[in-house]
Amino acid sequence: MVQTDTEYSQQTQWMIAVRDRRDRNAFAALFDHFAPRLKGFVMRSGASDHQAEEIVQDVMLAVWRKAASFDPHRAQVSAWIYQIARNRHIDIVRKENRPMPEELREDPGTEADASQIMGLEQETRHLKSALDKLRPEQREIIEKAYLGELTHQEISTQTGLPLGTIKSRIRLGLERLRHELKDLKS
Amino acid sequence: MSAIGHHVPESMLAAYAAGSLPNAFAVVVASHVSLCGQCRVALEAHQNVGGLLLEDAKTVSVSSRLKADILSQLDAPYRPEPVYDRSGIYPGPVMETLKGRKPRWKNLGRGVRQDILSEGKKGSVRLLYIPPGQAVPDHGHNGLELTLVLQGSFSDETGRFGVGDLEVADEELDHTPVADDGDACICLAATDAPLRFHAFMPRLLQPLFRI
Repeated sequence: MVQTDTEYSQQTQWMIAVRDRRDRNAFAALFDHFAPRLKGFVMRSGASDHQAEEIVQDVMLAVWRKAASFDPHRAQVSAWIYQIARNRHIDIVRKENRPMPEELREDPGTEADASQIMGLEQETRHLKSALDKLRPEQREIIEKAYLGELTHQEISTQTGLPLGTIKSRIRLGLERLRHELKDLKS
Repeated sequence: MSAIGHHVPESMLAAYAAGSLPNAFAVVVASHVSLCGQCRVALEAHQNVGGLLLEDAKTVSVSSRLKADILSQLDAPYRPEPVYDRSGIYPGPVMETLKGRKPRWKNLGRGVRQDILSEGKKGSVRLLYIPPGQAVPDHGHNGLELTLVLQGSFSDETGRFGVGDLEVADEELDHTPVADDGDACICLAATDAPLRFHAFMPRLLQPLFRI
Protein backbone atom coordinates (compact mmCIF):
# COMPACT_ATOMS: atom_id res chain seq x y z
CA MET A 1 0.00 0.00 0.00
CA VAL A 2 1.52 3.28 -1.07
CA GLN A 3 1.24 5.97 1.51
CA THR A 4 1.82 9.59 0.82
CA ASP A 5 2.13 12.38 3.31
CA THR A 6 -1.18 13.86 2.35
CA GLU A 7 -3.31 10.80 2.76
CA TYR A 8 -4.50 8.91 5.80
CA SER A 9 -3.74 5.22 5.95
CA GLN A 10 -6.25 2.95 4.24
CA GLN A 11 -7.52 1.64 7.57
CA THR A 12 -8.07 5.11 8.97
CA GLN A 13 -10.05 5.99 5.85
CA TRP A 14 -12.19 2.88 6.22
CA MET A 15 -12.79 3.56 9.89
CA ILE A 16 -13.76 7.18 9.29
CA ALA A 17 -16.18 6.00 6.58
CA VAL A 18 -17.74 3.59 9.06
CA ARG A 19 -17.90 6.24 11.77
CA ASP A 20 -19.22 9.13 9.71
CA ARG A 21 -21.20 7.42 6.95
CA ARG A 22 -21.99 3.97 8.40
CA ASP A 23 -20.34 2.62 5.26
CA ARG A 24 -20.86 -1.16 5.11
CA ASN A 25 -18.32 -1.73 2.36
CA ALA A 26 -15.68 -0.03 4.46
CA PHE A 27 -16.73 -2.18 7.42
CA ALA A 28 -16.44 -5.31 5.27
CA ALA A 29 -12.94 -4.20 4.27
CA LEU A 30 -12.01 -3.71 7.92
CA PHE A 31 -13.37 -7.18 8.63
CA ASP A 32 -11.31 -8.75 5.84
CA HIS A 33 -8.20 -7.08 7.17
CA PHE A 34 -8.62 -7.52 10.90
CA ALA A 35 -10.69 -10.67 11.47
CA PRO A 36 -7.93 -13.17 10.56
CA ARG A 37 -5.38 -11.14 12.55
CA LEU A 38 -7.68 -10.92 15.55
CA LYS A 39 -8.31 -14.63 15.41
CA GLY A 40 -4.60 -15.41 15.28
CA PHE A 41 -3.88 -12.90 18.06
CA VAL A 42 -6.57 -14.29 20.35
CA MET A 43 -5.66 -17.93 19.68
CA ARG A 44 -2.06 -17.19 20.61
CA SER A 45 -3.20 -16.41 24.11
CA GLY A 46 -4.89 -19.76 24.43
CA ALA A 47 -8.41 -19.35 23.08
CA SER A 48 -9.93 -22.28 21.22
CA ASP A 49 -10.95 -21.92 17.59
CA HIS A 50 -14.58 -21.56 18.61
CA GLN A 51 -13.87 -19.09 21.43
CA ALA A 52 -11.63 -17.06 19.12
CA GLU A 53 -14.37 -16.69 16.52
CA GLU A 54 -16.76 -15.61 19.23
CA ILE A 55 -14.32 -12.92 20.32
CA VAL A 56 -13.71 -11.83 16.72
CA GLN A 57 -17.46 -11.50 16.24
CA ASP A 58 -17.90 -9.46 19.43
CA VAL A 59 -14.95 -7.22 18.62
CA MET A 60 -16.06 -6.54 15.05
CA LEU A 61 -19.60 -5.76 16.20
CA ALA A 62 -18.13 -3.39 18.78
CA VAL A 63 -16.11 -1.72 16.02
CA TRP A 64 -19.40 -0.98 14.25
CA ARG A 65 -21.34 0.03 17.34
CA LYS A 66 -18.67 2.09 19.05
CA ALA A 67 -17.35 3.71 15.90
CA ALA A 68 -18.36 7.15 17.18
CA SER A 69 -15.65 6.94 19.82
CA PHE A 70 -12.88 6.33 17.28
CA ASP A 71 -10.65 9.38 17.24
CA PRO A 72 -7.82 9.28 14.69
CA HIS A 73 -6.07 12.14 16.49
CA ARG A 74 -5.47 9.83 19.40
CA ALA A 75 -5.45 6.27 18.13
CA GLN A 76 -4.56 4.18 15.14
CA VAL A 77 -7.34 1.86 14.03
CA SER A 78 -5.24 -1.16 15.06
CA ALA A 79 -4.60 0.33 18.53
CA TRP A 80 -8.29 1.10 19.01
CA ILE A 81 -9.27 -2.42 17.96
CA TYR A 82 -6.49 -3.94 20.12
CA GLN A 83 -7.98 -2.23 23.15
CA ILE A 84 -11.51 -3.48 22.35
CA ALA A 85 -10.13 -7.00 21.80
CA ARG A 86 -8.31 -7.02 25.16
CA ASN A 87 -11.52 -5.93 26.92
CA ARG A 88 -13.50 -8.68 25.28
CA HIS A 89 -10.85 -11.23 26.09
CA ILE A 90 -10.79 -10.27 29.79
CA ASP A 91 -14.56 -10.34 29.82
CA ILE A 92 -14.77 -13.85 28.39
CA VAL A 93 -11.71 -15.49 29.95
CA ARG A 94 -11.60 -13.79 33.37
CA LYS A 95 -15.29 -12.92 33.68
CA GLU A 96 -14.23 -9.43 34.65
CA ASN A 97 -15.01 -6.03 33.35
CA ARG A 98 -11.98 -3.84 32.81
CA PRO A 99 -12.70 -0.31 33.96
CA MET A 100 -11.84 2.16 31.22
CA PRO A 101 -10.80 5.82 31.55
CA GLU A 102 -13.41 8.47 30.91
CA GLU A 103 -13.62 9.29 27.25
CA LEU A 104 -12.47 12.71 26.22
CA ARG A 105 -15.32 14.73 24.84
CA GLU A 106 -14.42 16.95 21.97
CA ASP A 107 -16.31 20.15 21.51
CA PRO A 108 -18.97 19.57 18.89
CA GLY A 109 -17.91 20.98 15.57
CA THR A 110 -14.20 20.50 16.20
CA GLU A 111 -12.65 19.92 12.81
CA ALA A 112 -10.22 17.13 12.14
CA ASP A 113 -6.63 18.29 12.41
CA ALA A 114 -5.00 16.46 9.51
CA SER A 115 -1.47 17.29 10.56
CA GLN A 116 -2.03 15.75 13.96
CA ILE A 117 -3.54 12.61 12.45
CA MET A 118 -0.62 12.34 10.02
CA GLY A 119 1.78 12.96 12.90
CA LEU A 120 0.36 10.02 14.82
CA GLU A 121 0.58 7.81 11.76
CA GLN A 122 4.18 8.81 11.18
CA GLU A 123 4.98 8.16 14.83
CA THR A 124 3.44 4.71 14.48
CA ARG A 125 5.68 3.94 11.51
CA HIS A 126 8.72 4.89 13.60
CA LEU A 127 7.47 2.69 16.41
CA LYS A 128 6.95 -0.17 13.98
CA SER A 129 10.49 0.01 12.70
CA ALA A 130 11.73 0.03 16.32
CA LEU A 131 9.65 -3.10 16.96
CA ASP A 132 10.98 -4.73 13.80
CA LYS A 133 14.54 -4.19 14.99
CA LEU A 134 14.06 -6.09 18.24
CA ARG A 135 15.95 -9.34 18.66
CA PRO A 136 13.59 -12.33 18.47
CA GLU A 137 13.78 -13.02 22.23
CA GLN A 138 13.00 -9.36 23.04
CA ARG A 139 10.16 -9.40 20.59
CA GLU A 140 8.84 -12.55 22.27
CA ILE A 141 8.73 -10.84 25.67
CA ILE A 142 7.04 -7.76 24.26
CA GLU A 143 4.40 -9.89 22.57
CA LYS A 144 3.85 -11.80 25.77
CA ALA A 145 3.41 -8.55 27.69
CA TYR A 146 0.88 -7.02 25.31
CA LEU A 147 -1.05 -10.25 25.07
CA GLY A 148 -1.61 -10.00 28.80
CA GLU A 149 0.63 -12.91 29.72
CA LEU A 150 2.84 -11.18 32.26
CA THR A 151 2.88 -12.79 35.68
CA HIS A 152 1.78 -10.91 38.73
CA GLN A 153 5.38 -10.79 39.88
CA GLU A 154 6.52 -9.28 36.61
CA ILE A 155 3.92 -6.53 36.92
CA SER A 156 4.63 -5.83 40.57
CA THR A 157 8.29 -5.13 40.04
CA GLN A 158 8.35 -1.77 38.42
CA THR A 159 11.21 -2.79 36.21
CA GLY A 160 9.23 -5.85 35.24
CA LEU A 161 8.65 -5.07 31.62
CA PRO A 162 11.82 -5.07 29.53
CA LEU A 163 10.54 -2.63 26.98
CA GLY A 164 14.13 -2.24 25.84
CA THR A 165 14.69 -0.28 22.69
CA ILE A 166 11.04 0.45 22.02
CA LYS A 167 10.90 2.32 25.31
CA SER A 168 12.99 5.17 24.00
CA ARG A 169 10.88 5.19 20.85
CA ILE A 170 7.72 5.47 22.93
CA ARG A 171 9.32 8.29 24.92
CA LEU A 172 10.34 10.21 21.84
CA GLY A 173 6.93 9.74 20.33
CA LEU A 174 5.28 10.91 23.50
CA GLU A 175 7.35 14.05 23.65
CA ARG A 176 6.30 14.94 20.14
CA LEU A 177 2.70 13.96 20.67
CA ARG A 178 2.50 16.00 23.82
CA HIS A 179 3.24 19.10 21.78
CA GLU A 180 0.69 18.18 19.19
CA LEU A 181 -2.26 17.00 21.22
CA LYS A 182 -4.42 19.92 22.05
CA ASP A 183 -6.64 18.58 24.76
CA LEU A 184 -4.16 17.66 27.45
CA LYS A 185 -5.75 18.50 30.71
CA SER A 186 -2.79 18.70 33.05
CA MET B 1 -5.05 22.80 41.18
CA SER B 2 -1.37 22.12 40.99
CA ALA B 3 -0.03 19.92 38.22
CA ILE B 4 0.04 16.18 38.73
CA GLY B 5 3.53 15.11 39.70
CA HIS B 6 3.17 11.44 40.57
CA HIS B 7 2.21 9.19 37.69
CA VAL B 8 1.55 5.57 36.77
CA PRO B 9 4.85 3.71 36.22
CA GLU B 10 5.48 2.77 32.61
CA SER B 11 5.32 -1.00 33.10
CA MET B 12 2.04 -0.68 34.98
CA LEU B 13 0.51 1.32 32.11
CA ALA B 14 1.62 -1.37 29.68
CA ALA B 15 0.10 -4.03 31.96
CA TYR B 16 -3.12 -2.02 32.12
CA ALA B 17 -3.18 -1.67 28.32
CA ALA B 18 -2.72 -5.42 28.02
CA GLY B 19 -5.42 -6.03 30.60
CA SER B 20 -3.16 -7.94 32.97
CA LEU B 21 -3.71 -5.76 36.04
CA PRO B 22 -6.01 -7.13 38.73
CA ASN B 23 -9.32 -5.31 38.67
CA ALA B 24 -8.64 -3.33 41.86
CA PHE B 25 -5.51 -1.76 40.36
CA ALA B 26 -7.17 -1.27 36.99
CA VAL B 27 -9.84 0.90 38.66
CA VAL B 28 -7.13 3.15 40.10
CA VAL B 29 -5.11 3.34 36.88
CA ALA B 30 -8.23 4.11 34.81
CA SER B 31 -9.16 6.81 37.36
CA HIS B 32 -5.70 8.39 37.25
CA VAL B 33 -5.72 8.37 33.44
CA SER B 34 -9.13 10.07 33.55
CA LEU B 35 -7.46 12.93 35.45
CA CYS B 36 -4.03 12.96 33.81
CA GLY B 37 -3.43 13.94 30.18
CA GLN B 38 0.19 12.84 30.31
CA CYS B 39 -0.65 9.28 31.33
CA ARG B 40 -3.50 9.21 28.81
CA VAL B 41 -1.05 9.91 26.02
CA ALA B 42 1.36 7.34 27.45
CA LEU B 43 -1.41 4.75 27.62
CA GLU B 44 -2.34 5.50 24.03
CA ALA B 45 1.30 4.89 23.07
CA HIS B 46 1.14 1.46 24.71
CA GLN B 47 -2.13 0.71 22.94
CA ASN B 48 -0.35 1.68 19.77
CA VAL B 49 2.30 -0.98 20.45
CA GLY B 50 -0.50 -3.48 21.03
CA GLY B 51 -2.09 -2.40 17.75
CA LEU B 52 1.15 -2.94 15.85
CA LEU B 53 1.47 -6.43 17.30
CA LEU B 54 -2.12 -7.12 16.23
CA GLU B 55 -1.23 -5.89 12.71
CA ASP B 56 1.69 -8.32 12.66
CA ALA B 57 -0.22 -11.23 14.18
CA LYS B 58 -0.12 -14.51 12.31
CA THR B 59 -3.42 -14.65 10.48
CA VAL B 60 -5.79 -17.57 10.99
CA SER B 61 -8.58 -17.81 8.46
CA VAL B 62 -12.05 -17.35 9.84
CA SER B 63 -14.94 -19.64 9.01
CA SER B 64 -16.76 -18.74 5.83
CA ARG B 65 -20.04 -17.74 7.46
CA LEU B 66 -18.58 -15.43 10.11
CA LYS B 67 -18.56 -12.34 7.92
CA ALA B 68 -22.13 -12.82 6.71
CA ASP B 69 -23.21 -13.50 10.31
CA ILE B 70 -21.71 -10.26 11.50
CA LEU B 71 -22.97 -8.18 8.58
CA SER B 72 -26.49 -9.47 9.23
CA GLN B 73 -26.29 -8.29 12.84
CA LEU B 74 -25.26 -4.72 12.15
CA ASP B 75 -28.80 -3.42 12.34
CA ALA B 76 -29.90 -5.64 15.20
CA PRO B 77 -30.95 -3.78 18.32
CA TYR B 78 -28.50 -4.03 21.20
CA ARG B 79 -28.18 -2.71 24.68
CA PRO B 80 -25.29 -0.25 24.97
CA GLU B 81 -23.12 -0.65 28.05
CA PRO B 82 -23.87 2.02 30.65
CA VAL B 83 -21.41 4.92 30.69
CA TYR B 84 -20.64 6.38 34.07
CA ASP B 85 -19.73 10.04 34.09
CA ARG B 86 -17.57 11.81 36.58
CA SER B 87 -19.57 13.01 39.58
CA GLY B 88 -17.97 15.75 41.65
CA ILE B 89 -14.54 14.57 42.69
CA TYR B 90 -15.18 10.99 41.60
CA PRO B 91 -13.90 10.06 38.12
CA GLY B 92 -15.97 7.84 35.82
CA PRO B 93 -14.21 4.56 36.71
CA VAL B 94 -14.93 5.19 40.43
CA MET B 95 -18.58 5.93 39.62
CA GLU B 96 -18.63 2.71 37.58
CA THR B 97 -17.35 0.74 40.57
CA LEU B 98 -19.90 2.52 42.78
CA LYS B 99 -22.51 1.68 40.11
CA GLY B 100 -23.56 5.30 40.25
CA ARG B 101 -24.35 5.42 43.97
CA LYS B 102 -22.88 7.86 46.49
CA PRO B 103 -20.10 6.62 48.80
CA ARG B 104 -21.33 4.89 51.96
CA TRP B 105 -18.82 5.89 54.58
CA LYS B 106 -18.02 3.69 57.56
CA ASN B 107 -16.15 5.08 60.51
CA LEU B 108 -12.80 3.55 61.32
CA GLY B 109 -12.12 5.83 64.31
CA ARG B 110 -10.38 9.22 64.68
CA GLY B 111 -12.51 10.63 61.89
CA VAL B 112 -11.07 8.26 59.32
CA ARG B 113 -13.74 6.70 57.14
CA GLN B 114 -13.80 4.17 54.35
CA ASP B 115 -16.07 2.67 51.77
CA ILE B 116 -14.94 -0.67 50.39
CA LEU B 117 -15.88 -0.65 46.72
CA SER B 118 -14.83 -4.15 45.88
CA GLU B 119 -12.96 -6.90 47.55
CA GLY B 120 -11.80 -10.26 46.38
CA LYS B 121 -8.96 -12.71 46.38
CA LYS B 122 -7.00 -10.65 43.90
CA GLY B 123 -7.26 -7.41 45.84
CA SER B 124 -9.50 -4.72 47.15
CA VAL B 125 -10.27 -1.13 46.27
CA ARG B 126 -11.71 1.40 48.69
CA LEU B 127 -12.34 5.07 49.21
CA LEU B 128 -10.63 6.59 52.24
CA TYR B 129 -11.63 9.81 53.96
CA ILE B 130 -8.96 11.34 56.17
CA PRO B 131 -9.61 14.56 58.11
CA PRO B 132 -6.97 17.30 57.82
CA GLY B 133 -3.97 16.70 60.06
CA GLN B 134 -5.00 13.13 60.68
CA ALA B 135 -2.69 10.25 59.90
CA VAL B 136 -3.73 7.18 58.05
CA PRO B 137 -2.74 4.53 60.55
CA ASP B 138 0.85 3.48 60.11
CA HIS B 139 0.81 0.46 57.86
CA GLY B 140 3.05 -1.81 55.91
CA HIS B 141 2.03 -3.74 52.86
CA ASN B 142 1.97 -7.38 52.10
CA GLY B 143 2.00 -6.50 48.46
CA LEU B 144 1.45 -3.51 46.26
CA GLU B 145 -0.71 -0.54 47.20
CA LEU B 146 -1.88 2.21 44.86
CA THR B 147 -3.31 5.41 46.32
CA LEU B 148 -4.88 8.10 44.14
CA VAL B 149 -5.79 11.46 45.70
CA LEU B 150 -9.26 12.70 44.69
CA GLN B 151 -9.59 15.62 47.11
CA GLY B 152 -7.18 17.51 49.39
CA SER B 153 -3.69 16.16 49.77
CA PHE B 154 -1.48 14.04 51.99
CA SER B 155 2.19 13.88 52.74
CA ASP B 156 4.35 11.01 53.84
CA GLU B 157 8.00 10.00 54.00
CA THR B 158 8.19 10.02 50.21
CA GLY B 159 6.63 13.40 49.43
CA ARG B 160 3.41 15.34 48.99
CA PHE B 161 0.47 14.00 47.00
CA GLY B 162 -2.27 16.29 45.70
CA VAL B 163 -5.35 15.76 43.56
CA GLY B 164 -4.59 13.36 40.71
CA ASP B 165 -1.30 12.18 42.20
CA LEU B 166 -0.76 8.46 42.44
CA GLU B 167 1.39 6.87 45.12
CA VAL B 168 2.77 3.43 44.34
CA ALA B 169 3.89 1.66 47.51
CA ASP B 170 5.41 -1.78 47.62
CA GLU B 171 6.18 -3.94 50.62
CA GLU B 172 9.45 -2.12 51.21
CA LEU B 173 7.65 1.09 52.09
CA ASP B 174 6.49 1.42 55.66
CA HIS B 175 4.94 4.88 55.55
CA THR B 176 2.61 7.18 57.46
CA PRO B 177 0.51 9.35 55.18
CA VAL B 178 -0.86 12.44 56.96
CA ALA B 179 -3.67 14.49 55.43
CA ASP B 180 -2.54 18.08 54.87
CA ASP B 181 -4.40 21.10 56.22
CA GLY B 182 -7.37 22.29 54.22
CA ASP B 183 -10.00 19.99 52.78
CA ALA B 184 -10.28 16.48 54.12
CA CYS B 185 -8.23 14.13 52.01
CA ILE B 186 -10.24 11.63 49.99
CA CYS B 187 -8.29 8.86 48.29
CA LEU B 188 -8.95 5.84 46.15
CA ALA B 189 -6.75 3.04 47.45
CA ALA B 190 -6.18 -0.43 46.03
CA THR B 191 -4.18 -3.28 47.44
CA ASP B 192 -3.50 -6.80 46.28
CA ALA B 193 -3.19 -8.00 49.87
CA PRO B 194 -4.62 -6.93 53.24
CA LEU B 195 -2.90 -3.92 54.80
CA ARG B 196 -0.93 -4.47 57.97
CA PHE B 197 -1.83 -1.73 60.40
CA HIS B 198 0.66 -1.20 63.18
CA ALA B 199 -1.13 1.28 65.37
CA PHE B 200 -4.65 1.87 66.65
CA MET B 201 -5.99 -1.35 65.37
CA PRO B 202 -4.58 -4.64 66.48
CA ARG B 203 -4.00 -6.96 63.60
CA LEU B 204 -6.43 -9.46 65.05
CA LEU B 205 -9.23 -6.97 64.49
CA GLN B 206 -8.33 -6.30 60.90
CA PRO B 207 -10.53 -9.04 59.42
CA LEU B 208 -13.38 -7.56 61.40
CA PHE B 209 -12.93 -4.15 59.85
CA ARG B 210 -11.84 -5.66 56.55
CA ILE B 211 -8.88 -3.38 56.27
